Amino acid sequence: MDSHALLRAAALPGRAARNPRWQPGLPLPSHSELFTPAGEASGAGMALAFVRDALEQASAQAGAVAEQREVLWVQDRQAIHLSGSPCRAGLPLALRHRLIHVAAPRPEDALFAMEEGLRCRDLAAVVGELAGNPRALDFTASRRLTLTAEKHGVPLLLVRLDAVADLSSARARWRLASLPSAPPRWNPDAPGRAAWHAELFRARFHQPGEWILRDEPDRLTAQRVQHAAQNAISAPDHGDLLQRTGAGPLAGL
Amino acid sequence: MAICCSELALDRWRDCENCQRGEGADALPTALIAETAHGPRVETINHAARAEGVRAGVMLADARTLCPMLQVRAADPAGDLAFLERFAVWAQRWGPWSATDPPDGVLVDVTAVAHLFGGEARLLADVAARCQARGLATSAAIAPTAGAAWALARFAADGTVLPPDDDAMARLAHLPVAALRLDADVLLVLRRLGLKRLGDLVGIERGTDGRDKLQRRFRTRRAPSANPLIRMDQLLGRVPEPLLPVVPVEAPLVQRRLLEPVRHRDLLDRVVADLAEDMARALEARGEGARRLQLGLWRVDGEVTLRELELASATRDPAHVCRLFGERLDGLDAGFGFEMLRLRASWAEPLHLAQADLEAAAEAHGTSLAMCLDRLTARLGSHAVQRPVPRASHVPERAQGWQGPFAPQPAEQGQLAFHLRPLKLLDRAEPIAVLYAAPEGYPRRFRWRGQLCEVARVEGPERIAPEWWRERGTARLRDYYRVEDALGRRYWIYRSGVAGDGRGGSPEWFMQGLFG
Repeated sequence: MDSHALLRAAALPGRAARNPRWQPGLPLPSHSELFTPAGEASGAGMALAFVRDALEQASAQAGAVAEQREVLWVQDRQAIHLSGSPCRAGLPLALRHRLIHVAAPRPEDALFAMEEGLRCRDLAAVVGELAGNPRALDFTASRRLTLTAEKHGVPLLLVRLDAVADLSSARARWRLASLPSAPPRWNPDAPGRAAWHAELFRARFHQPGEWILRDEPDRLTAQRVQHAAQNAISAPDHGDLLQRTGAGPLAGL
Repeated sequence: MAICCSELALDRWRDCENCQRGEGADALPTALIAETAHGPRVETINHAARAEGVRAGVMLADARTLCPMLQVRAADPAGDLAFLERFAVWAQRWGPWSATDPPDGVLVDVTAVAHLFGGEARLLADVAARCQARGLATSAAIAPTAGAAWALARFAADGTVLPPDDDAMARLAHLPVAALRLDADVLLVLRRLGLKRLGDLVGIERGTDGRDKLQRRFRTRRAPSANPLIRMDQLLGRVPEPLLPVVPVEAPLVQRRLLEPVRHRDLLDRVVADLAEDMARALEARGEGARRLQLGLWRVDGEVTLRELELASATRDPAHVCRLFGERLDGLDAGFGFEMLRLRASWAEPLHLAQADLEAAAEAHGTSLAMCLDRLTARLGSHAVQRPVPRASHVPERAQGWQGPFAPQPAEQGQLAFHLRPLKLLDRAEPIAVLYAAPEGYPRRFRWRGQLCEVARVEGPERIAPEWWRERGTARLRDYYRVEDALGRRYWIYRSGVAGDGRGGSPEWFMQGLFG
């Protein structure tokens, strides 16, 4: 092959240009995973905030036609037991009347329900909630969900409660924790609107990073957290694999 | 109404020869013959042959001796039968349904129809005129039963009407027993018994034990055509006589008239593809698949090109049909272009509706919401797929109900915006162990699921009284607090009862919901 025909390395688009930093308002990736502790609803809250944000952006771009498709929320029994089921009065106002809830007895059923939901053209998004690392959710199942979501264009937000970040084909993986909220204006002693510390530790189209996300009444705001280590160009991320080398199934190979 | 075509075979032959009665080929003595084991036999003869002395039913050799210049044509009984079926469908112009009456008749149900034509007599006149115009020699009659109409059409004057309130037996008594639609051997028996008219049979029946004797004579004859008593009862309407109506079957046909004549092959392929899809829809509606397809192409200058396709098994796959026609359309002379295309499935067979197509469509375009929820409900049960709806209650676990996703949502009262509700409610409120409570009444430190929570900020209480119309009198009121711990986790907790309310011991604390 003629090496002159190839582009020089310097002419290639820069890493930053290819992988812009994540910011709120970007279209949702086809498959996101949100890792969160079980004793808090930060995963579900942020998933709904993402959905609301993406829907508002989409309808703002599309014009006057407001998005009226339903949102499917799938939970397995363990997730319902750990973190409860949705409360209508506490849902975001835009999603309150168009939420369909699926209570799946087993993780396999939850995966089936999520996949069927992703195939449906009348759904705006699918939110899944699974507790732990069920055997059914292996890399194959995860890839299956990703491919279905990409094929039909319905985004999936999978909340993982108390789970280890094992192998997955999710396009964006977040690790979430609650943050003390900003004090409300009229009663500084009361809890304010939700705030989260979100770490995007693996993403296909963005650089990893950490943000403080706040659920403002009209939009989702993000404030970047700067670490000394992250100022340097981040090293290739093998985090998922390295974490589990002691105990995972790859150890025996 | 019964219509009898007395010279059906001859009328068809004249139609084929394209001559009028007694003219052209019909002027010569002609016989229609059938091949039998003993040689050709004369089936039907025309008027000229009858004048020469030839009779139907004799062998052709005998007829030739009488009339050496006898013209011979082959009879076509199958064609006659097919014509009779078409004739029966055509005869539905006089009534809602009709039945063939082989070998030479048609029965039409004209119940409550005659007034549309101006009465029975004018209806029969209309029948005679229209059959005359088609070149058919017919005689027709109207009677309350099919048997009586049949008898009158053949053995009474043309245009006889038997009103329902008339005494049928008195009007039919003079007809020969052949009017009973009996087999030839039974007719022979009756003639040997001396029973020649219907009146004779009735006379026997009216005797002391005449009917019993006749019954014994024909006790082994079960078929109506072999038992004169059954036929007699059918004639008088004492027993029902079901008839099998003819139902016209139309070959599925789709066509496209084009605004602009098509001259190019790719456009033609496109139109054929459209036709194939239309045809698939038409066939699917009937639950059939095509075995033979005819594509007719009408050119602007009036030329018609036909392309026929036979399929190995019944199919209605448009892509398959298009591919097969694609090869047959090579080398077609378009001239100035085709202005109309017509696709006809001249032979179709039943083909079950296939479901594979549904899945394929779902693969390509996604499923509808109803289909998606059907699949979920089929596997998980209807209680698993639900939508949260508000209920008229202040108690949080009762303020929300679940119902099917497609049930209409109940009317909702506006929620008070300053009472925030958590994003998620636990299935049942879990007790928490309060380690240290503030003097204002809320806990400063509590333990939930083995985890210690230091309350940093709190809002409350929001007091929700028990619903006395639903609960027992000992139910305690609840004071709800929204709390946030030092790590930023936001909870919804409540204290059940207040100290000294006389409804139990010291108040207990519960965790009920989680804020996002």
